[in-house]
Amino acid sequence: MKEKVIEVRNLVKKFGSFVANDHLNFDVYQGEIFGFLGANGAGKTTAMKILCGLSSPTSGEAKVAGFDIYKETEKVKRNIGYMSQKFSLYEDLTVAENIRFFSGVYGISPADRKEKQDKLLKDLGLESAKDSLIGSLPLGWKQKLAFSVAIFHDPKIVFLDEPTGGVDPITRRKFWDLIYEASDRGITVFVTTHYMDEAEYCNRVSIMNAGRIEALDTPENLKKQYSAKNMDEVFLKIAR
Amino acid sequence: MISIQHISKSYKEVQAITDISLEVQKGELFGLIGPDGAGKTTLMRILMTLLIQDEGTATMNGFDVIKDYKKIRNMVGYMPGRFSLYQDLTVEENLNFFATVFKTTVAENYELIRDIYIQIEPFKNRLAGKLSGGMKQKLALSCALIHKPEILILDEPTTGVDAVSRKEFWEMLKNLQQKGITILVSTPYMDEATLCNRVALMQKGKVLDINTPRNLVDGYTRKLYAIRSNDMHCLILDLRSYEKTDSVYAFGQYLHVTGKDDEVEATEFENFLMKKNHENLEVFDIAPTIEDVFMNMMGKGDQLT
Repeated sequence: MKEKVIEVRNLVKKFGSFVANDHLNFDVYQGEIFGFLGANGAGKTTAMKILCGLSSPTSGEAKVAGFDIYKETEKVKRNIGYMSQKFSLYEDLTVAENIRFFSGVYGISPADRKEKQDKLLKDLGLESAKDSLIGSLPLGWKQKLAFSVAIFHDPKIVFLDEPTGGVDPITRRKFWDLIYEASDRGITVFVTTHYMDEAEYCNRVSIMNAGRIEALDTPENLKKQYSAKNMDEVFLKIAR
Repeated sequence: MISIQHISKSYKEVQAITDISLEVQKGELFGLIGPDGAGKTTLMRILMTLLIQDEGTATMNGFDVIKDYKKIRNMVGYMPGRFSLYQDLTVEENLNFFATVFKTTVAENYELIRDIYIQIEPFKNRLAGKLSGGMKQKLALSCALIHKPEILILDEPTTGVDAVSRKEFWEMLKNLQQKGITILVSTPYMDEATLCNRVALMQKGKVLDINTPRNLVDGYTRKLYAIRSNDMHCLILDLRSYEKTDSVYAFGQYLHVTGKDDEVEATEFENFLMKKNHENLEVFDIAPTIEDVFMNMMGKGDQLT
């Protein structure tokens, strides 16, 4: 059995009388690609904020990377990475400046940074673009770099919040290559998406509706359970 | 109804759209399909008279977008990509505001918005900023319709919207089309192309093709295979390493694969993959989707290294 990197027990989050997260229970394992799906307003963002240490639950328990999400939020933040389509890199800083900034945020020493930065740029074939502004790079490169920066500090888990929204179909698929590579390296990937084809690429998928997790299993089992021919149908059956 | 002739627009050194020409017929549901940076928003802003093109001409219902901008603004409903209603007004106040601006009343055109507005009417005293994503979208559409426009322009109304709400939204658009409104809608979701009468596939400021979804798919003449096995990631890597493979793209539970020069048989892929010990291997012919068509048209030079 693989190590659990996220453990959630009876997690509840209320805003006044509104229950945004209603007794969530789930585990996510090391190296797993975990799809976190749900309709708009189902409570995904609320749950993600709690797991990233940015918000406290009303009740219940959760551990992320082994740390308690009430008392050890700073340790949680050190051990996770985060990226979304809306926020990833600073467009008006260069490639090297972005790496330097995020290294600082994640507490990587300047000496370590130098070595890791050289390796990263070499691996990505971006050595010549080191001093280019992010805004001038093609979208595919930007995404590759944004993802690499999100896992630059070797987090146990990376949270991806709609990383592929509005991205062209080829770049979107190349992004999933990066996700698979990270997972092969043992990094857990926790990802949200509105593209139902991408739900098929996850090891397991949870589907939220009105604050609850209505389904959680492998895409294969979910399709069987809901007698659906693809994840789109599963989603429509649960969220409608 | 909408006529666009050789329109180009650049922002300083960035060329946003280049020499775009297209016609939208009266009563048509026309889609601009393409990823971020394709130029969809720029084109819509020019049509909405919010931006002036560098070159070319465009008319809406015969009116020029530069000379006759005041007439166009009275005739067109617009839903921009970013939610742009007044967050600190209530649902009802927003709707009344837009009706008043256009010198009409909610009562006068209620019939047109009824099916949509009725779903948010129970919350009419709620501030617009406090609505959920799906409800904001319905309010924005109601406000865009309240002056009974002849043309409706919608900039990515379904971006960031879940699969269920997206379906509902397209049903609303179909209903509006039935009422005779000409609709121009943009979307990055390729699957939504099939819901339009005709579409323009756009990328990097250019139109790749304009056609009905059916003709686009029929125009794809390549031999396309669907392939799957128990280990999909390994399958992608193996197929990429095969010298007879041209392209490999994930499509949900299958990969869509083409062979070099379209001369590779299904059995060849199968034999190659059997040697790589793939379990539960399936290889079969499959009809292309709009997304296959789009990817095939995308310039090879645009791909990542």
